[in-house]
Amino acid sequence: MRLSENAKLTTKLLALAGSMLVFAIFIMPPLYDAFCEITGLNGKTGSRYEAVPAAVNTDRLVKVQFVANFNGNMPWAFKPSVVSMKVHPGEPVDTVFLATNPTGRDMVGQAIPSLVPFKAAEYFHKTECFCFNQQALKAGESAELPLRFIVDPDLPPGVNTITLSYTLFDVTEKFTRNLDNNNADSEREG
Amino acid sequence: MAHGPQSGFSRWLYTTNHKDIGSMYLWFSFAMFLLGGCMALVIRAELFEPGLQIVQPEFFNQMTTMHGLIMVFGAVMPAFVGLANWMIPMMIGAPDMALPRMNNWSFWILPFAFAMLASTLFMDGGAPNFGWTFYAPLSTEYAPPSTTFFIFSIHIMGASSIMGAINIIATILNMRAPGMTLMKMPLFVWTWLITAYLLIAVMPVLAGVVTMMLMDIHFGTSFFSAAGGGDPVLFQHVFWFFGHPEVYIMILPAFGIVSAIIPTFARKPLFGYSSMVYATASIAFLSFIVWAHHMFTVGMPIAGELFFMYATMLIAVPTGVKVFNWVTTMFRGSMTFETPMLFAIAFVILFTIGGFSGLMLAIAPADFQYHDTYFVVAHFHYVLVPGAIFSITAGVYYWLPKWTGNMYNETMGKVHFWLAFIGLNVTFFPMHFVGLAGMPRRIPDYALQFADFNQIASVGAFLFGAAQLVFLFNVVRTVMGGRKATDKVWDNPEGLEWTVPSPAPYHTFSTPPAVR
Repeated sequence: MRLSENAKLTTKLLALAGSMLVFAIFIMPPLYDAFCEITGLNGKTGSRYEAVPAAVNTDRLVKVQFVANFNGNMPWAFKPSVVSMKVHPGEPVDTVFLATNPTGRDMVGQAIPSLVPFKAAEYFHKTECFCFNQQALKAGESAELPLRFIVDPDLPPGVNTITLSYTLFDVTEKFTRNLDNNNADSEREG
Repeated sequence: MAHGPQSGFSRWLYTTNHKDIGSMYLWFSFAMFLLGGCMALVIRAELFEPGLQIVQPEFFNQMTTMHGLIMVFGAVMPAFVGLANWMIPMMIGAPDMALPRMNNWSFWILPFAFAMLASTLFMDGGAPNFGWTFYAPLSTEYAPPSTTFFIFSIHIMGASSIMGAINIIATILNMRAPGMTLMKMPLFVWTWLITAYLLIAVMPVLAGVVTMMLMDIHFGTSFFSAAGGGDPVLFQHVFWFFGHPEVYIMILPAFGIVSAIIPTFARKPLFGYSSMVYATASIAFLSFIVWAHHMFTVGMPIAGELFFMYATMLIAVPTGVKVFNWVTTMFRGSMTFETPMLFAIAFVILFTIGGFSGLMLAIAPADFQYHDTYFVVAHFHYVLVPGAIFSITAGVYYWLPKWTGNMYNETMGKVHFWLAFIGLNVTFFPMHFVGLAGMPRRIPDYALQFADFNQIASVGAFLFGAAQLVFLFNVVRTVMGGRKATDKVWDNPEGLEWTVPSPAPYHTFSTPPAVR
């Protein structure tokens, strides 16, 4: 009698512990991402935006600044071609970042965007961005990395300056490892 | 049927007796306390003077990390579980814990977990060196190879804690003597019931966060790696969602111990019993909604800063109720100052100081200055050392005569108390000053202007360490022999544990006692 009560309670408590583990691994990270996307927290900008025709607000000028950073000992040269520009909300704008791999080995880089002020993050749309993919540069190679964006006409009135920063990560190891795995898979399939 | 303990080592290996397992937990915890304490002394010896004298920065970082991990998971938590094992069945009139074999298991995996953790010190690349909070990416991309062993040892510790917590809840809910209603339970039992629920809720989150680290390190996921679309700040959120309730796991049982000791030596019943229960439950609830006050500086929106600031300050209300109740229990009592009472009173005073510096840290705008300075170190050592360590010490002195049947040496106990009290304050009080003046935590070297206060702190640390040897000597001598204790031990203490003989027989309450 007592034993079965203990067994019932133990099962319930173990289930609680198990569900908290599931919560931590499978629910908290997506929840956090969703929360960041809604609030613009951490300045994460959204993924590829499908341009919709919108009236260009020529009365308003918003300053967009570009910043390039490096993570760890990333040796590439990486900078915006234009540091700062004034754009009208609604108009599609093109710019490029310049990247050079000065080392003697082939490398893969990944740029991660972050935008301030956070509340502008959901009003900054990228229709094309080099940050959507990894960038592979051979030893000594240079490239122009394209960025095409639209500032949403609904941008809150108080925001006159948007700073978009890219941090460049060295993902050579990770990317080539995945590449090797893919090759291995296809070889096995072949 | 006469049924005593087996003889030899197999008694300890196979035992399912709550008293044996409680004793093993307590001795294990004391061993870890000395190990973690030695690491603290390495830290303080290095910080005695500016510049590098004794250890290299890499080893210094390993010492701060291991000191924190061992003290939190090896010293404080097992000590409380040990006290729970010894006292909860005796306090609620139960013959043993509800799940005695699991009890054996949850203890015996611990030495293996800590052997694995300590063995990382001898591995290539050294032990974990990223601080006990093991923030990613320090603990993932930049971590030493031994981190994998650290992760597995955390998994084992978590399993042990969860099993211990399940056992305690099952014991309290299913094994109480007839008539022992929930609101008649001693506060130590109440606080442990709530703590056990906290453990079951958050230890899996800790297991989850180290599992995500493991996958980031070895299986190519990017939970915490920005390069792969993850976010290092997510680590801090998940960690502190575990970490803040963990802080209360280390303090709620202490509240229970002090609530048992103060009425005995004030010779008055505890003031405001039910408000103590509700305050404990409120603190436990609030612990789940304040985690981000550890990370005010990560760049939260103002609404987040304000929410976590006010929620944190709200905790001062139930805590204030508790401090008020302890003081009111003592008010106009006929107090005597035996060693357990001295530690309990020091707990009330010093824990309150730690609570106040916590309130200062809760002020989000001010926290930007205090963050990651020695002020934070001073704060959490003021809540953990007089909070957890002093209450455990008080509990050991209070119940030791019941466990062993012998009285401890009162003079030596008082010497221990005063050495520890002075040592503690000399060590940690100056840390407030250097912290406010801007000394960062977790550094092996510092600017010259902090030298004086650091020297004082180091002297205090060695004094505090020496005091613990007095404690060890006193306990060993009491176990070996000494003046016989009466069954009641103290002057009319409350609780079922004082109705059994001293020393408590191997089996108590084989038939349930009558609870009035």
